[in-house]
Amino acid sequence: MNGRAIAEGSSQPKLAPHRRLQFDKARNSWTVQAPERAFLLDEIAHAIVSRCNGEATIDAIVDDLCSTFEGAPRDAVAADVLKLVQDFSDKGVMTL
Amino acid sequence: MALLAELTHRCPLQCVYCSNPLHLERAGGELTTDEWLKVLTEVAELGCMQVHFSGGEPAARRDLEQLVQGAAQSGLYTNLITSGVLLDDVRLKRLSDAGLEHVQLSFQDAVAEGADRIAGFKGHAKKLEFAKAVRVAGFPLTANFVVHRHNLERLPAMLDLAVALGAQRTEIAHVQYYGWALQNRASLLPTREQLERATAIVDEARTRLKGVLVIDYVVPDYYARRPKACMGGWGRRFLNVTPSGRVLPCHAAESIAGLQFDNVRERPLRDIWHSSEAFQRFRGTDWMPAPCRGCERAEIDWGGCRCQAFALTGDASRTDPACALSSDHARLLEIAAEDAASSGGNFVYRKFALSDD
Repeated sequence: MNGRAIAEGSSQPKLAPHRRLQFDKARNSWTVQAPERAFLLDEIAHAIVSRCNGEATIDAIVDDLCSTFEGAPRDAVAADVLKLVQDFSDKGVMTL
Repeated sequence: MALLAELTHRCPLQCVYCSNPLHLERAGGELTTDEWLKVLTEVAELGCMQVHFSGGEPAARRDLEQLVQGAAQSGLYTNLITSGVLLDDVRLKRLSDAGLEHVQLSFQDAVAEGADRIAGFKGHAKKLEFAKAVRVAGFPLTANFVVHRHNLERLPAMLDLAVALGAQRTEIAHVQYYGWALQNRASLLPTREQLERATAIVDEARTRLKGVLVIDYVVPDYYARRPKACMGGWGRRFLNVTPSGRVLPCHAAESIAGLQFDNVRERPLRDIWHSSEAFQRFRGTDWMPAPCRGCERAEIDWGGCRCQAFALTGDASRTDPACALSSDHARLLEIAAEDAASSGGNFVYRKFALSDD
């Protein structure tokens, strides 16, 4: 069996196979559709997940977000990204 | 929003806690392929995101691949809830090509002897084989274990099995007592001590297996203090279409005497969802009696389960007796104590009624 994967700056996260980003019209929200459940994404979570393409590193995603959302402190953005990616990895939604 | 598509009640297994109604629908009454395809289009237009293909055993329908494809083409995320005993790698490949996203495989126990006794069918070995084929085909796998008095001692073995099979998710669900399970309650209900041990095992495993296995745990209502938010609230996020096309707010809703359910053969699904009497009856909070009315949890648990209120009190509009605030709660605790201490009788196995051929 595999152990728990830990997210770090050099990780290249992406949605795991058979999980997908989809807009839910009924709830007016972006979601990740996954086995037997859907995760609602707020604007920040959507900005993060939509950048997780398996090529960009977490460091690069943080840089990208900082330039998109000007004035956001880098440490806070980095902490948000690591937290979300680790959580989604723990839930099997993302691979690192 | 999600659809539970109960494609058929046919199933080789006869599990003593089957969630199907006591009166099972025969093959002749089932919706046709075209009728199901229409349902799938209609629910997608209504805003559904996921469809769970279930049964009975959904693979008993030879058009399962066609229905999965129809759902995928409508943008629905497709889950297959199966016993696995009718499927092989050839059919899995066809389901994969059709756009299936996920397989949830039911187990009755961690060991064949216990599993086959509960199912009334020798299927456990086949399930183990099928689980491997699911992973080889690249699907995410959920291993689903229904737990009760006779298999709870093997809960650690069930968790080990889920990990060994490569499941990323497992559901450990205590039996919910409706329909067939209600018939067998005195033979299945665990004691409170058994439940507490099981909960401690799950808590420990959740920590140990973090990032490896997600464990969804459903506790039995009979030992709860607050009711579950059944279906996330009546007519809020979930609908069930029966094999013959009746549209229900939950799979057990037909157990409530006096409610009439519309059929997709006779009325547009959108109309049934928004306006039918059955969906309106317990939607929201206006129907609630005390102590639900005005309760701070009214929009958290939505009054609990209507089917359970009916099964235990004869009145579906009462507060779910699982709630400690319900005046029926004391009676529920008495029933739990009596049934948990009972040796039970012979199991009543799920089967088609003999009288209505």
